[in-house]
Amino acid sequence: MTDRYIPLSLLPLGRKAKVKALISDGPARRRMLDLGLISDTPVEALQKSPSGDPTAYSIRGAVIALRSEEASKILVEAR
Amino acid sequence: MGLTSQSTGTSVLDSELRIERTSSGDRVIALTGNPNVGKSTVFNSLTGLNQHTGNWPGKTVTNAQGRYRHKDTNFIMVDIPGTYSLMANSAEEEVARDFVCFGKPDAAIVVTDATCLERNLNLVLQTLEITDRVVICVNLIDEAKRKKISIDCGRLSRLLGVPVVPTDARNKKGLKELMDAVYAVAEKHTAPKPISITYDDSIEQAISIIQPRIWELADGKINNRWTALKLLDGDPTLLSSLEKYLGFDLLDDTELSDLLNTAKKHLSDNGIQPGELRDRVVSRLVRTAEAISNDTVTFHNTRYDSTDRKIDRILTSRALGIPIMLCLLAVIFWLTIAGANIPSGIIADFLFGIEAKLTELFVSAGAPQWLHGMLVLGMYRTLAWVISVMLPPMAIFFPLFTLLEDLGYLPRIAFNLDNFFKRACAHGKQALTMCMGFGCNAAGVIGCRIIESPRERLIAILTNVFVPCNGRFPALIAVGTIFIGGSTGGAFRSLTSTLALTGIVTLGISMTFLVSKILSKTILRGLPSSFVLELPPYRKPQIGRIIVRSILDRTLFVLGRAVAIAAPAGLVIWIMANVSVGEVSLLTYSANFLDPFARLLGLDGYILMAFILGLPANEIVIPIIIMSYMASGSILELDGLADLRQLLVSHGWTWLTGVCVMLFSLMHFPCGTTIWTIRKETKSMKWTLASIAIPTAAGIVICFIVASAARLLGLA
Repeated sequence: MTDRYIPLSLLPLGRKAKVKALISDGPARRRMLDLGLISDTPVEALQKSPSGDPTAYSIRGAVIALRSEEASKILVEAR
Repeated sequence: MGLTSQSTGTSVLDSELRIERTSSGDRVIALTGNPNVGKSTVFNSLTGLNQHTGNWPGKTVTNAQGRYRHKDTNFIMVDIPGTYSLMANSAEEEVARDFVCFGKPDAAIVVTDATCLERNLNLVLQTLEITDRVVICVNLIDEAKRKKISIDCGRLSRLLGVPVVPTDARNKKGLKELMDAVYAVAEKHTAPKPISITYDDSIEQAISIIQPRIWELADGKINNRWTALKLLDGDPTLLSSLEKYLGFDLLDDTELSDLLNTAKKHLSDNGIQPGELRDRVVSRLVRTAEAISNDTVTFHNTRYDSTDRKIDRILTSRALGIPIMLCLLAVIFWLTIAGANIPSGIIADFLFGIEAKLTELFVSAGAPQWLHGMLVLGMYRTLAWVISVMLPPMAIFFPLFTLLEDLGYLPRIAFNLDNFFKRACAHGKQALTMCMGFGCNAAGVIGCRIIESPRERLIAILTNVFVPCNGRFPALIAVGTIFIGGSTGGAFRSLTSTLALTGIVTLGISMTFLVSKILSKTILRGLPSSFVLELPPYRKPQIGRIIVRSILDRTLFVLGRAVAIAAPAGLVIWIMANVSVGEVSLLTYSANFLDPFARLLGLDGYILMAFILGLPANEIVIPIIIMSYMASGSILELDGLADLRQLLVSHGWTWLTGVCVMLFSLMHFPCGTTIWTIRKETKSMKWTLASIAIPTAAGIVICFIVASAARLLGLA
């Protein structure tokens, strides 16, 4: 794991990134995999909810809202 | 005589799911797909009203079956719950997997969203791993065209090796072609050559170690390759389903379990630890989906979703997201209040006109007065009230609400409110079940099935009644209009009533958060579980379908229930009002008994009794109050809110009574149907009692505080 990787929750809005690792396991990990979040999947942070959490991400053509707890367990490399 | 699946010997779920075949030539079709892809539109378009719903046996997952006829063959379509995968991460996915795998459908349709094909291909590929008798329906092709996305369905079909049919189910386009393709697959007129997905060498080798033995044991009844993969994955839910299907446990065979150990060791020798296999399998599927999508889908406009994003930026923005949500709610209430007044009056005039005719008829027939009283003044009048007060607001409210649903706004509400639910340690999907509660709390309680965590599901069930259902809206609207709207004049009247109603709903939502929080800190302690919320593309609503569906499914259903309950209740109340114990009627006697306590809450004995007698359905609370007042005193011709106001005021109602009635209506025990539903959903008497006690206690406390404060301050 290199320092260039940041948790998805810290990706600024409007920025694109590539998924590098999932650090969750069990059902939470499966749910992320079901979204197609495998290594090198491009993601983009789109929009925060009015109170700042969750955040909507563009993932494989779908818009998915993730709470910061989940997003912090996805490591990405910002582009 | 219907042949069950058992007698035709095809389905495994026969001890569980019943499929009513009328002849052995009937074909069973599984309808699968991701959520939000228009699967139910396809289902409704093909089967029309020829369908029935129930539950998957032993599961809290809804099951719908429907029939259609095509080319002299009867098709029975089984609607599988919408899922993203068949990996059995939830009850829905388990049901979907088991039916596709062990239900032995003659064909499976996978409905996909043309605007988001890549994501949908994951489910397609997983289905193709289980069975080759698949037809892919690329739905919402019109939306894709609008977004300048083109899909080469011929190429997609060649790549996947099964028929692919583009459809626009909402406009009934492509359905004939879909039925033709399903017919060909079900009747085995085509030989599908489905894509085979090849995994890493070591996984393939592990599969080949156990696959031959599975084939010997299962005698070709199951897909060996897929079963081998699942055994390596060690999915416990699949093992139990397999055992049920085959009638024996595969792993009881020592040869197979030895081979399985060898295969697992082979995997770990090659660096694939037990937990990692699933990652590898999913990655392979996702990459295959990606490659197929790149090969068949062309985005002529890469910012195809820019309009949706722009709308989202407004509807879920920091500054405007929540205000817009409240405004939309207020607009819906305003349209309902303002729009319902006139038709309400017309229906009331009409129905009370009939009452007069009925009375004449009874008199001319020389019927005894008690019979006239019971049937006309008791049953008929209550019915007339319920219909004239309830029908117009429902006929306006439900279509408007369905419109928001159809547009795709509800997931945005969940998105906006999620943080509040998170802080209350509750599940984000509770926002959706709360919205369903606006229609009907019993429906909202059933809707809580979408929440997987049992703790959070209980919280959602116990707090669902804090949003007023449709049965309570008419009362809230009437009382709000008379006692809060009525205090201002003319043009401001419906505006003030709207504000009052929006306020009471906001209070209900706040109570939902508060009570959820209290529950998660006390008897239902725990942390919020993870969840994923999809914000689907906005869709152009289909006005016609909305009106038909909301009138058929909701308005008439709720009204029918209200009528069925109101008529006998009217009878009981009339009898109570006219049977005397000593000098006073039973009704007055009971009301007097409740009166001292009710006064503390800002109500009176009749009102409290109306709430108690209204247990079968909240809709009849106001009619009961009216009947009690009319029976116990002056006789009035009621045709409109002005008369109603006069009646209530003459029985001592003030603005405080109005406010307390609204508060108590918002917070008291759930109606009979909802209690029954909660009992069925929680399977626990304890939680059912809690669901009664919690809102009632909240209502009593809040009404007491409001009434005492107003009296102390000399406001009322």
